[in-house]
Amino acid sequence: MEEAIIIEKSVIIVAVFAITMLFAMYCTLAERKIAAWIQDRRGPNRAGPGGMLQPLADGLKLFAKEEFMPNTPNTFLFVLGPFISMTMALMTSAVIPWGDTLEIGGRKVVLQAADINVAMLYVFAVLSVSVYGIMIGGWASNNKYSLISAMRVASQMISYEIAMGLSIVALLMMHSSMSLRDIAAGQHEMNWNIFYQPIGFLIFLICSFAETNRTPFDLAECEQELIGGYHTEYSSMRMGFFLFAEYAAMFISSTLLAVLYLGAYNYPGMTWAAENWGENAANGIGIAVLFVKICFFIFLYMWVRWTIPRFRYDQLMNLGWKTLIPLAIINIVITAVVLLLKS
Amino acid sequence: MSIQNISLSGRKKQVSNKEMTLGERLYIGAIAGGMATTFKHLFKKKVTINYPEETRPFSPVYRGQHMLMRDEEGRERCTACGLCALSCPAEAITMKAAERKPDEKHLYREEKYAEIYEINMLRCIYCGLCEEACPKQAIYLTTSKKIVKADTNREHFIFGKEQLVMPLEQAIRNTAKSE
Repeated sequence: MEEAIIIEKSVIIVAVFAITMLFAMYCTLAERKIAAWIQDRRGPNRAGPGGMLQPLADGLKLFAKEEFMPNTPNTFLFVLGPFISMTMALMTSAVIPWGDTLEIGGRKVVLQAADINVAMLYVFAVLSVSVYGIMIGGWASNNKYSLISAMRVASQMISYEIAMGLSIVALLMMHSSMSLRDIAAGQHEMNWNIFYQPIGFLIFLICSFAETNRTPFDLAECEQELIGGYHTEYSSMRMGFFLFAEYAAMFISSTLLAVLYLGAYNYPGMTWAAENWGENAANGIGIAVLFVKICFFIFLYMWVRWTIPRFRYDQLMNLGWKTLIPLAIINIVITAVVLLLKS
Repeated sequence: MSIQNISLSGRKKQVSNKEMTLGERLYIGAIAGGMATTFKHLFKKKVTINYPEETRPFSPVYRGQHMLMRDEEGRERCTACGLCALSCPAEAITMKAAERKPDEKHLYREEKYAEIYEINMLRCIYCGLCEEACPKQAIYLTTSKKIVKADTNREHFIFGKEQLVMPLEQAIRNTAKSE
């Protein structure tokens, strides 16, 4: 029995890793395609049918390029930077519930790499470490522009993490649990958190944009004033890792949004499906539903990128500290009052 | 009517710096409007084309690469009079005339022909004045899709007779078609 659990867990871990990598890969293609469509262009369509092999071609190109190393005082840190970003972006996927249980070969398989009861704390811990990757990379580049960009990222990520954490508190109060599995299970059928916590959802959404350094909060990558940003000195696959980490983080935060606010794998009619088609089929559809929700958020990320212009730095700080944090605290108070009245 | 109120286009607007209302300052309406605009563009007609497979239609007055024509018997029409070179505003055409030998009657129509005929494609502006100046209907700017090939060597853009004179097979084909 013990061996079976190990095998089952290994398979799930490998699958989660593969899915995250694959999604991150195809996010690059989706980004280019959607950018093209919004600008009335066609986008990449040469490599493979409809450009489907473009991510592989991009990867091959990045591997084949020259790895340039600036005259940096610390080579080790320079190499380490992208890897920290990458690892941290991938680590979050461990606690995400990809679906309810599936019955395979008479065993109930929990579709989650690690069901820990402090999942939310773990997510925030890992997210806050990812800033080190950019910080170290920017500092080790031995370039003033990269350092300024890294400083911007650090201050931005820290200020938005506070609002993000506070927006989650109301959610944790509602579900009285920190386990993502409990939160997902608590949103059965259409009891999605977005209907109970619309303000919290909005704050979390905005903070996710800021956390992943996406437009309109992509001050880290300013061509105009910072000639590129924290990865100015990076080339070839090291640069690729930074970009890959960004897309992986985007996928993970889309997943978090879907799990926390859009009902994870729950969908209206789930009970009906379970009664008529069996538990397994209903949960299988649930996985597909979750992926549709994730894709929606990834699309939203790209859609917003070509709509809203970049924030100025002081506007960014104003929004974070003077608007989102007070709003999140008000949200907590309201939730507390409502919960108190209910009980 | 004072001068401040005159608006020729009828669209003149007084600029105001009035305070935005709370709803406007939340920007939610503006953002939603912007998102709707970009979303509509997802389904708009694409302005780009798949180039090598599709090409844009050429305009009817398109002027392509020059060609020195042959007559119905395959002889070169050009008599090296120099009128094209004279009319060329960019001075792209140079030529050197030579006298026809008795055994070359099948090659050149007139007694004088162009021994060297060169067009500098970097100077040519495709105005078509050479075509208009030619009394022998020897030079034409073709309507074909033949475009001067890109190159990194400037020397290669000076086209000699081997690139300009109509290929013999093409002349035969054209004659066959017209008969």
